[in-house]
Amino acid sequence: MSRLNIATRARVLLLRHLQVFFYSLGQLSRHPLSLFMTAAVIGIALALPTGLHVLLQNAQQISGGWDGAAQISLFLKKSVSDKQARSLARQLRQRNEIAKVSYISREQALQEFQQQSGFGDALKALKKNPLPSVLIVQPALAHSKPQQTAALLEELRRNSRVDIAQLDMQWVKRLYAIMDIVRRGVLVLAGLLALAVLLVVGNTIRLAIQNRRNEIVVMKLIGGTDAFIRRPFLYTGFWYGLFGALLAFIMVYTTLLLLSGPVEKLAALYHNNFELSRLDSGTALVLLLAGVMLGLVGSWLAVGRHLREIEPV
Amino acid sequence: MIRFSHACKRYPGGYDALNQVNFHMPAGQMAFLTGHSGAGKSTLLKLIALLERASRGQVFVNGQNLAKISRKRIPFFRRNIGIIFQDHQLLFDRTVFDNVALPLIIAGLPQRDVGKRVRAALDKVGLLKKERVYPITLSGGEQQRVGIARAVVNKPPLLLADEPTGNLDPELSREIMHIFEDFSQVGVTVLVASHDLDLISQLPYRQLTLKAGRLIGDTDPSPLEQVG
Repeated sequence: MSRLNIATRARVLLLRHLQVFFYSLGQLSRHPLSLFMTAAVIGIALALPTGLHVLLQNAQQISGGWDGAAQISLFLKKSVSDKQARSLARQLRQRNEIAKVSYISREQALQEFQQQSGFGDALKALKKNPLPSVLIVQPALAHSKPQQTAALLEELRRNSRVDIAQLDMQWVKRLYAIMDIVRRGVLVLAGLLALAVLLVVGNTIRLAIQNRRNEIVVMKLIGGTDAFIRRPFLYTGFWYGLFGALLAFIMVYTTLLLLSGPVEKLAALYHNNFELSRLDSGTALVLLLAGVMLGLVGSWLAVGRHLREIEPV
Repeated sequence: MIRFSHACKRYPGGYDALNQVNFHMPAGQMAFLTGHSGAGKSTLLKLIALLERASRGQVFVNGQNLAKISRKRIPFFRRNIGIIFQDHQLLFDRTVFDNVALPLIIAGLPQRDVGKRVRAALDKVGLLKKERVYPITLSGGEQQRVGIARAVVNKPPLLLADEPTGNLDPELSREIMHIFEDFSQVGVTVLVASHDLDLISQLPYRQLTLKAGRLIGDTDPSPLEQVG
């Protein structure tokens, strides 16, 4: 056997791996119902954190929209002329962390106030316009994280023409804090469910090992190495993980499809054209890899534990 | 080929299955291991195949001290020994061909050589036509011959057989023994454990007799009588 050169050995090994790869699939397909049930358990365990992750992504998208609505109001000093205010607005518009600046002159502000407040007559009694001119600054979406908005606010506040700079960010901060908690919760849940998948795969493989006890004994008797005996079980774990991940993908995809109609209807009622985002390819890839890895690791642990116990006597 | 030097095997609980066994079997010899059941025949074969390890004393196979073979090396050691069991130890979910091919697959032989070697081994035991069937459809004697084909397909220098004719009628038993003789004649060392004294006494080979774990008899017919 040692006369075979390395290239031949590598080719033979690759061929054997491929054979075992499909052999283990064939073995599983002989009992489609039990394969389906195990894969479904794994699938549900994987679908929960994946689904929550996608929903969280959507929530972020919505809150991102709200974030954009968080405007900074700059009340300019009374000494600032109309011309100066307009030039400041032009300056600010050129900065790329700012999406939009709208200017409300003192006169416009007075008019608006007169129309809306109902104090029109009282204001007429005043000799001077008491209202300052206002710049409404809307941060660009890419720069709308709470810290960035706060930094911008601080900077604008220091501007010599600005009297008061105001932003009600408290609710945005709270929302982010809540989402942080939810995100952490999803991570913990994902960890626990990953553990569950490991246990499910491990237990399934343990049963498979017991069912094939006789075969393992024969293999050991005729000189099969541990690696050789382990191989079909590892590939079985691989298949369980893969099928579980595929089922999880289908579950999440279908759920989002079912939700997207009502969500769009709701969004329309809020005059919002929000669209529920689907499972993106990055998440799907992570889901598949996680499934396969958990399947492999689960079966590795089970095989490592139980293979040694089976010795020919 | 095989050398036992004061080998003892004590099982947990204090039962001595083998006690101070000494013998030497040169390469190419064929011998029978006899004795009542419980005399230690199976234990002796297990020590040779490293299914058990000697509690005291030493066992050498092909010049190797078996005590020095680590657990990891055992599979590679066993590939040099063809083992035949009374209960065949065949895999019933695979065809005869796949059963016989298993040692070659384990050893990593290229696919094109596997077919040739398997058919050669099946031809030797007269089962060439049965390669596609499942072992369950075969008779006891045929199953045993599949077991023999599997044991020899890798061309091991040493064959061990534990009661290979245990469940077979005299006619079939004789056939099986003839197969072993054929291998012996091409230089394979063959050690057969059997309590079938009627059959053994008709054959001109060395007999090692065990009783309660001790080697009490070692009769070697004169070399002139030995074939080959």
